[in-house]
Amino acid sequence: MKTKLLTLALGAAAIATVSTSASAATLDDVKAKGFLQCGVSTGVPGFAFTDDAGDWQGFDPALCRAMAAAIFGDAKAVKFTPTTGKTRFTALASGEVDVLARNTTETFSRDVDLKFTFAPVNYYDGQGFMVRKSLGVTSAKNLSGATICIQTGTTTELNLADYFRANNMTYEPVPIETNAEAQEKYLANACDVYTTDASGLAATRAAFEKPGDHMLLPEIISKEPLAPLTRHGDDQWADILKWTLNVLINAEELGVTAANADDMLANSKLPSIRRLLGAEGDFGTKLGLGNDWSLNAIKAGGNYGEIYDKYIGPKTAIGLERGLNQLWSKGGILYAAPVR
Amino acid sequence: MTVASDFSDDVEPFRLSMLIYDKRYRSYTLQIITIALFMLAVGWLVSNVVQNFRDLGKEFSFAFLWEPASYDINQRLIEYTSRSPHWKAAVVGILNTLVLAFLGCIAATILGVAIGVMRLSKNWLVSRLMTIYIEGFRNVPVLLWILLASTAFSAMLPAPRQAPVLLGGGFVPTNRGFYVPAPIWESGSGVLAIIFLLSLVGAWFFGRWARAKQAATGEILPVFWIRLAIIILPVLFFYFILGRPIGLSLPELKGFNFQGGGFVRNSFMALWIALSLYTAAFIAENVRSGIQAISKGQTEAAYSLGLPPNRTMNLVILPQALRIIIPPLISQYLNLTKNSSLAIAVGYMDITGTLGGITLNQTGREMESLLLVMGFYLIVSLLISGVMNVYNNSVAIKER
Amino acid sequence: MSDTQSKNSLLYVSTKDLPELPAPVNTTGPVAWMRQNLFASVRDTVLTVLFAILVIAILYKLIPWMLTDAVFFADSIRNCREIDTGACFAVVTSRFNQLIFGFYPPELYWRPILAFLLMFVAFAPLLHDNLPRKLLWFTGVFPLLAYFLLWGGAIWGPLLILAMVTAAVFVFSLVSKPLNSTLGLLAAIAFCLMYYIFLHDSISGALASAMPIGLEFVESAKFGGFLITFVIGVTGIVASLPLGIVLALGRKSDNMPVVKMLCVGFIEFIRGVPLITLLFVASTLLNYFLPPGTTFDLILRVIIMVTLFAAAYMAEVVRGGLAALPRGQYEAADALGLNYWQATRLIILPQALKISIPGIVNTFIGLFKDTVLVSIVGILDPVGIMQPIRSTSEWNGIIWELPIFIGLVFFIFCFTMSRYSMYFERKLDTGHRS
Ligand SMILES: N[C@@H](CCC(=O)N[C@@H](CS)C(=O)NCC(=O)O)C(=O)O
Repeated sequence: MKTKLLTLALGAAAIATVSTSASAATLDDVKAKGFLQCGVSTGVPGFAFTDDAGDWQGFDPALCRAMAAAIFGDAKAVKFTPTTGKTRFTALASGEVDVLARNTTETFSRDVDLKFTFAPVNYYDGQGFMVRKSLGVTSAKNLSGATICIQTGTTTELNLADYFRANNMTYEPVPIETNAEAQEKYLANACDVYTTDASGLAATRAAFEKPGDHMLLPEIISKEPLAPLTRHGDDQWADILKWTLNVLINAEELGVTAANADDMLANSKLPSIRRLLGAEGDFGTKLGLGNDWSLNAIKAGGNYGEIYDKYIGPKTAIGLERGLNQLWSKGGILYAAPVR
Repeated sequence: MTVASDFSDDVEPFRLSMLIYDKRYRSYTLQIITIALFMLAVGWLVSNVVQNFRDLGKEFSFAFLWEPASYDINQRLIEYTSRSPHWKAAVVGILNTLVLAFLGCIAATILGVAIGVMRLSKNWLVSRLMTIYIEGFRNVPVLLWILLASTAFSAMLPAPRQAPVLLGGGFVPTNRGFYVPAPIWESGSGVLAIIFLLSLVGAWFFGRWARAKQAATGEILPVFWIRLAIIILPVLFFYFILGRPIGLSLPELKGFNFQGGGFVRNSFMALWIALSLYTAAFIAENVRSGIQAISKGQTEAAYSLGLPPNRTMNLVILPQALRIIIPPLISQYLNLTKNSSLAIAVGYMDITGTLGGITLNQTGREMESLLLVMGFYLIVSLLISGVMNVYNNSVAIKER
Repeated sequence: MSDTQSKNSLLYVSTKDLPELPAPVNTTGPVAWMRQNLFASVRDTVLTVLFAILVIAILYKLIPWMLTDAVFFADSIRNCREIDTGACFAVVTSRFNQLIFGFYPPELYWRPILAFLLMFVAFAPLLHDNLPRKLLWFTGVFPLLAYFLLWGGAIWGPLLILAMVTAAVFVFSLVSKPLNSTLGLLAAIAFCLMYYIFLHDSISGALASAMPIGLEFVESAKFGGFLITFVIGVTGIVASLPLGIVLALGRKSDNMPVVKMLCVGFIEFIRGVPLITLLFVASTLLNYFLPPGTTFDLILRVIIMVTLFAAAYMAEVVRGGLAALPRGQYEAADALGLNYWQATRLIILPQALKISIPGIVNTFIGLFKDTVLVSIVGILDPVGIMQPIRSTSEWNGIIWELPIFIGLVFFIFCFTMSRYSMYFERKLDTGHRS
């Protein structure tokens, strides 16, 4: 009897000890898994969408592919989890995804209160309004009394409340989970206005059958610095994300593209390029990766400019001008810390 | 194992092994083991939570409830703005849940009883149709009905600017919701309300008097019609005497939407209709089996006393059937209330939509918000089952 | 008296049978039937006419839309509209695989199909008592087999679990012989836990790398459509049965107030909150309750919560079965000198469970329908997959067709099951009376 009780107690204690085994570093976990789990949105044209083969493509997935390439040397070693504005933070906090690359605005409370670490901004955005032209509205100031579709769990719904309050206007919010649903409701005229990040609006509008019937109002009512993010508490992991993004931006600045990266690595004499591509120094090793990490990241989908142009740039159907997201040297505010 | 052979001993000396073998002590042993295991499990879970919270740098606190919610809610029964605190958003959500549940229960009961009775109708067509209704609704998930109703409204109804204005300007169906007339309470409406209440009391007393009279003399008065008159006529009379103190505000197209009047949102309508229709199917089954449980002899006895069929139903069958019907009916109310949480699927701002939805997401307080939401439903459930127990007891006493 | 009567030949009594007359015209035949069942009174007539008009009006609209004018094969909604004016069920046919299997690899469809068919074999001995008892063995092994078929991976995991269960039974008998069954049960559970926590992964890992035998692994994220409905529903109901039985026994154990209180508390808590809040717990909170760093996928988390949910309802059903047993059964067991576990296992449970089968089936129907709520936490069950399909450019604008199809499938399954449970109830009923 005693021995049996002992076994029991031991068993229970055993369960309890499992709980004290500390969580390993994210990088080790990811390496052990063999792939990167990346949270993206459920679908915004250009930013994140599934292609005909069912693979995730777009501005946001491209960053994850670059990161996977940096870690594994294989841009395909990544799995995507679609998240809504509502589910994204729990997905990241609970460890369901390792990184979130998904039109997410960096804010104080998300950083400090929700405990997330944001990488540098990869898209400077602001909240806009889309209406159908037939309404004859030309300014957001005329929107009092309108029915407005918003995605819940976003900064959008908070900005909207503030804006209408500040301008003494009323509105009827229609809370919605995903961009696709919002689009459906908006097109069915169940709301007069759809509001979200201006980039998202432009992308959504571009996918309409008759984009010309709809317009974005001139007001941009908020700052939406969109940045990829990870959990608090793992600096190494946050650094990998941060520097993968910085490498992509720096590569554009230095003229390194997916096509010429190998060549540059072999022949470039410029120290900044040599450092960027790992010919000089051991930056990759310091991050816990191979020294070819940056080369792989760039070769995965090209530098920032290439990714931008491929998915959302002026030549695509989405047709977003670079604007603020142009390099600082070309009149924008994209200004990545140097690799040195 | 070793059977105690010493019967002469009155008080058996306690041995450790009796903890296992002796029935008297064994239950204690087992209970102590259970408690220990339970505590261990709880301790394990709690220590995990503590550890995880520490790792993430989170803390467990309800202080966020007093911070401004910063978001707007479309349907609010109390004063609420985006500057109101989160707890007030939660209260708005609770009221929305309760309104939906309350109206849902009423509609489901009326429909359910009607269908349940019609299901037993001798009319072949009627009873078949009701069977189809019952089986059709019971066997398809309620979420599907809710989504269907919601899409039906937003896809089939016109946008406000194209919407037809029906019933002399009183009723406008649009793909955003239904605009209906709303009462405007002017001075004097309080008097009218009091008169209405008084007439209700009067009608009740008349009912008693009529019943007493019937018992004494056998004369049957047209109680229903007289009651109706007692309730309506004085109110109507004073309505005009007081110079029409209750006005109607009619919806009017202004700008983007109709203004004025009342607005019943599509999300509410979809939920209300779907939940009522779905629950009605279950209630109808309860009603049917309740009525069928009353033996046929009761009906025949009533007929042989000369009671006409509808009086037989009202005076003989239903009072007995109600005893059987009401307990499952109450648990259907409970189900409807719990199902109203599916509001989240169509964006109706009930408690799961506000506290368990937007508040949870904007503040990241999953643990606290969900605890509160579950606590709310638990309290409602306990209240409802409390009512059921009281009812069951009162019925049980009458039986003796 | 009778003698004298029989001798007197009564002339007015016929000595042979008269031929039967046909029934009066107004009591047989379609006309009479209609008169009795449709037009018995003025009110009936009015009702009949009103409802008939309603039905005809609905059918008049519905039949052309649903059948004659409907399009069943096309590759987009525009194509549909070009072909005909009715419903565009082409969306169902063209996305059929997705609606049924989600994103399960098409070349492996045989695995879920096989598991589905085997499920009937596994359930058969439970629902039919005139089948050979030996089949119950298959029922016992089925969960592991189904797991292996659906998810695949190395065969060693399921095999080792099977071995573990066998060993646990051995441990049980080893402990319960000299001591008692309760302790035996505890020891067996402790054994399983210890094995699973400390040994399982390393042993199965070692075996898998030494002898990689198995099926191609399919991750949960690929599951979707009705496959998810069945996986969650069936696992939930099967896993909740033992849990529900334990809870029901606990709730009935009046001599152990603590156990009783815990069971009542659990049951009432679960039954008091909506399933959707439990699913939110699964999707947002469950990870907090587990050791840091443990993550397992949403579908598994949801299955756990659904199982707990169903267990509470199951407990109430089993409790009803236990309460319906005549006291004599308990007393007879006592009189035979059986101890608690023997009595429960041999006398009480077999009968109580048999009485409860209709209730269990009803719980299953409820759970089966409730699985659609998982779409709210982002799982792509049939309802969850509706939105992505509708937002593709080919099918943008489809409204009714998908919910109609999904509803129909649910209806067929739930209706069949509820009819079965009614049939079973009737069978039990007569069983009692005889
Ligand atoms: N930047 C805002 C809004 C983000 C957001 O929800 N954006 C929309 C449209 S740009 C989106 O990504 N929707 C994708 C989806 O529906 O999953 C935030 O971080 O809260």
